Amino acid sequence: MTAAYHWLFVPLTLGLALVMAVMETLFLVRKDEFWKKAAKFWMKIFAVNFAVGIATGIILEFEFGTNWSNYSWFVGDMFGAPLAIEGILAFFMEATFFAVMFFGWEKVSPRFHLTSTWLTGIGATISAYWILVANGWMQNPVGTTFNPDTVRSEMASASAFWEVVSNPVAVSKFFHSVTSGWVTGGVFVVGVSAWYLLRGRQKQFARKSMLIGSIMGLVGSVAVMLSGDASGVHAAEFQPMKLAAAEGLEDGGRGVAFTVVPGIRIPKMLSFLATHDFNGFVPGINDILQGYTDGEGNVIPSVADKMTMGRTALDALAEYRELRESDPEAAAAARGILEANVRYMGYGHLEKPEDVVPPVGVVFWAFRLMVGLGMLLALVLLLCFWFARKGKIGDKRWLLWAAIVCIPLVYICGQSGWIVAEVGRQPWTIQGLLPVNVAISSLSAGAVKTTFFVFLAVFALFLVIEIRIMLGAIRKGPEIEPETL
Amino acid sequence: MKKIRQFFSSFWILYRDGFRNMTWGRPLVWLIVLKLFIMFAILRVFFFKPAMRGMTDVQKSEQVGERLISHSADTLKIQ
Repeated sequence: MTAAYHWLFVPLTLGLALVMAVMETLFLVRKDEFWKKAAKFWMKIFAVNFAVGIATGIILEFEFGTNWSNYSWFVGDMFGAPLAIEGILAFFMEATFFAVMFFGWEKVSPRFHLTSTWLTGIGATISAYWILVANGWMQNPVGTTFNPDTVRSEMASASAFWEVVSNPVAVSKFFHSVTSGWVTGGVFVVGVSAWYLLRGRQKQFARKSMLIGSIMGLVGSVAVMLSGDASGVHAAEFQPMKLAAAEGLEDGGRGVAFTVVPGIRIPKMLSFLATHDFNGFVPGINDILQGYTDGEGNVIPSVADKMTMGRTALDALAEYRELRESDPEAAAAARGILEANVRYMGYGHLEKPEDVVPPVGVVFWAFRLMVGLGMLLALVLLLCFWFARKGKIGDKRWLLWAAIVCIPLVYICGQSGWIVAEVGRQPWTIQGLLPVNVAISSLSAGAVKTTFFVFLAVFALFLVIEIRIMLGAIRKGPEIEPETL
Repeated sequence: MKKIRQFFSSFWILYRDGFRNMTWGRPLVWLIVLKLFIMFAILRVFFFKPAMRGMTDVQKSEQVGERLISHSADTLKIQ
């Protein structure tokens, strides 16, 4: 919930950063004051979003120590290193260039100011990368080994760091998240511009902003589809249960159909999306539970077998820790058994095989909501671009209303994506290694409820304040004189 | 050395004048200060206390190790 709340602010930050950088570039290239004022207006909206969004991620850090202490210790430096890099980078880049961007209009050269504006956006984007390196590792824990002495996941070698940084899940997540931010920014700019056009205010500003917003949103939409395709292939490879749940696929096989909605299916499409082969093998929930042979001939054990191997690993861990000082030889043997079975260690904590199945209905419908809304948003952006370019957007009141309605829809779309990614990987905090029920601290239900409701109350208040300030800024509009339009 | 001092001095002036001349940004700065105060002086101190505060690394690894192993034992008992 905290991460979902944080995710309300991040996409608009990433999207508006690009909008204002593009507009300021136009100001410098065309020497047209209009673009400077337009850029300044969107910077103002960016600042409001940034002010309320800033530090919402810090609450997550608090929660790691309070609610997820076992997890925090278990992940070790693997999680801490990317977050520390992100924190330092975000602080220095944002504190420096953000200040130049807002305070430096008349104090630094236009070129240096433009560089600062771009670097503010690039800094936010790089920050997102480090966060997603940490998140990607939880979904596909590469490059680390489990140390039974420290009970932590540790980077095996110097090259392991690059394995973690270039984790394919992190890379595809990064592109998917950042480009979805461009869509959010584009839809937001188009929606706000539509509101001005409906009110008959700031017409030229609105039309030009709409053009830029719709182009950015459309580029983002195409990139989201491409990166989403990569995410699907990675889910099939590293988290097949997530894919099976997102499709509600009970029994898999070759040439599997894609379910658009229950009752409407596209033959062989799921196989193509998951493997880029219309006859590729896609396992269903039952296949994963019972074990299967994948498309490359690898035998994947049943969940019951993985649970047995997981318990063997945990028993060996207990034995190792008990004997490591009194009987080093027996301890070394136990360690060997642990290392042979460690990749299934998390399964040893499960009570029954069905525990590996996430809430299928939630993931299935969240996925459809995300894809369906994504396509609707792309269509509205395309129409807005088309009519704005033709200079006829003012006549299409229905489209302007649709563009305004798209603002809440783009947030629902983004949150749905978050649900697919995070609910879809349940019960794991770290795929295959650590389930949620072991990752949490030993806290009373009352303590968790208290922190939850305090968080809810404080952050709901900040959200209301943000919306009020932002609406006030939008109502006031850009400081562009009518005669300059 | 003089150039470095000049750089930091102009940086300081940029911030100082920027904050002084703020108009619409002023309530946002107060909002950020208020939020950071609530987060670090109230939430962090009274609600989000680290569960393993004050423990050494060895104690932490003992505790998490025990948790991993004992949870496994509980699971087997249920089975």
